[in-house]
Amino acid sequence: MAKNKNIIEVKNLTKIYKKEKTPAIENVSLNVKKGKFYALLGPNGAGKTTTISILTTTLTKFSGEVKIAGLDVEKNAQKVRQKIGVIFQKPSLDPNLTAEENIRFHANLYGLYFFRPTYRAMPESYRKRVGELASLLGIEDSLFKQIKTFSGGMKRKLEIVRGLMHEPEILFLDEPTTGLDPVSRKALWNYLNFVRLEKKITVFLTTHYLEEAEDADVVTIINNGKVVFTESPAKLKEKIIDNYLTIDSRQNKKLAKELSKKTINYQGDGPFRIKLNGIKPGTLIQSLKTPISQVDVRQPSLEEAYLNLINE
Amino acid sequence: MNELNAIITIAARDVIKLLRDRTRIVGTFLFPLVFIGFLGTSLDSSLSGQVDFNFLDFVFIGVLAQTLFQSTAAGLISLIEDRQNDFSQEIFIAPISRLGIVIGKIIGESIVSLILAIGILIIGPILGASINLTQIIYLLPAAIATVLFGGAFGLIVMANLASQRSANQIFPFLLFPQFFLAGVFTPIKELPLPIFILSRISPLTYPVDLMRNLYYWGTPIRESGTLYHPLTDLVIMAIFGGIFLTIGTYIFVRNETIR
Repeated sequence: MAKNKNIIEVKNLTKIYKKEKTPAIENVSLNVKKGKFYALLGPNGAGKTTTISILTTTLTKFSGEVKIAGLDVEKNAQKVRQKIGVIFQKPSLDPNLTAEENIRFHANLYGLYFFRPTYRAMPESYRKRVGELASLLGIEDSLFKQIKTFSGGMKRKLEIVRGLMHEPEILFLDEPTTGLDPVSRKALWNYLNFVRLEKKITVFLTTHYLEEAEDADVVTIINNGKVVFTESPAKLKEKIIDNYLTIDSRQNKKLAKELSKKTINYQGDGPFRIKLNGIKPGTLIQSLKTPISQVDVRQPSLEEAYLNLINE
Repeated sequence: MNELNAIITIAARDVIKLLRDRTRIVGTFLFPLVFIGFLGTSLDSSLSGQVDFNFLDFVFIGVLAQTLFQSTAAGLISLIEDRQNDFSQEIFIAPISRLGIVIGKIIGESIVSLILAIGILIIGPILGASINLTQIIYLLPAAIATVLFGGAFGLIVMANLASQRSANQIFPFLLFPQFFLAGVFTPIKELPLPIFILSRISPLTYPVDLMRNLYYWGTPIRESGTLYHPLTDLVIMAIFGGIFLTIGTYIFVRNETIR
């Protein structure tokens, strides 16, 4: 598949759950190019998990079209499953098995290796790969321990390792850091970014944490089941964030007169709040004749802009 | 080939889980101990004059068939447990057919039940029941048919239950009456009509009868101690098993994807 081709294509996707009248998602359309990091951002209940569940073949759609690597998700579900790795919102590890057994179970299910009852009986290539991944995660000592003893962060890392065993083309992550403390979250993201760049894998992330979406190539904001916005994070910032210049002068009236004369819109009667809209703060200040006593350029955080957007 | 590998993998997981679940192993020994030990011996002493066979042996084989059937059916409950632990997601996004998943579960739980049956084969003779090697060899194919049938029965029941809690509440109601209707402990050749009908639509009736047929094979007791020819039992089990498997798989898959 050519690099600039869409690996995920979703057209007018709608899902209405049984016994529900209103759709959980409505006419959602999105495209993801191969190798890109895509983030679906939205508050709880926005329709993120519904979307990702349909994309990963575990939920049927109501209407619309979904193609993964050119394959229809419902007509070619089995082939699609071979091409994707999924990290679910709720951990999907077997607590009765050890970490290695969970990985082995996955490798066998995906037909990577023929089933063998013990780790030692598995081929050298499997043992080498598991060993490498375990050392990368720093869980060599826990590899043969039951999952019950694992922390939330370790479970997540193990799921990612497991999800990558069959070398999927796309890695779907459904709110992967839910329930993790900030330290574990940071560690997990360091690892995820490393994996993403190392494996050159397409990543489809759903999250309600804005900072997790900031590294994405494309962000789609979804709210109440509808797409609100699709852009790169930089463009998103540019479009939804208004920068403000706040200036003040000991000669307030004179400054107000001068601003009006220059047809510059402002708020307040000292200090004055000016929407920049592409105007460079330095150029503006230099052009003013009234002496300025205070200057402040303010950029609202993406978080504030995002909250404004979804509250609109 | 991938499909077969996946089926073996899913089945092996159940066996591993059994070997780590001491409570389940102990429980499976205790249950037949109570039924063969207390019920079998007391029925034997009070009824042995009225029938031409040893009652303890009759109960022993009944309990063996019932344990094989029940254990596999109950084992399918782990489908619900997996759903609640969200482990089913891992199986459901694997590139294998849904039928493969169900077959893997049934085979796994069937092997588990056959392992657990070894306990009954040890306890029975200790309590006074008789069994020889030829009978064990004869019983093996019947035991395999019984566990597979139990698995199909478990599947259709579990596919209709939403949670582990409802399974724990409803499953005994579907199972316990069958102990009596299927003649695990007492002969059911002649029964009042309503009970007779219930008995013949009770799925457990046929594996119990099949096992007894093979246990008593070549002896005159087969005539008085069993209901039908073993082939009749087997055909009925195959038909019902096929129906349970088809409908159960359909409902299970539909519940997982169409929500």
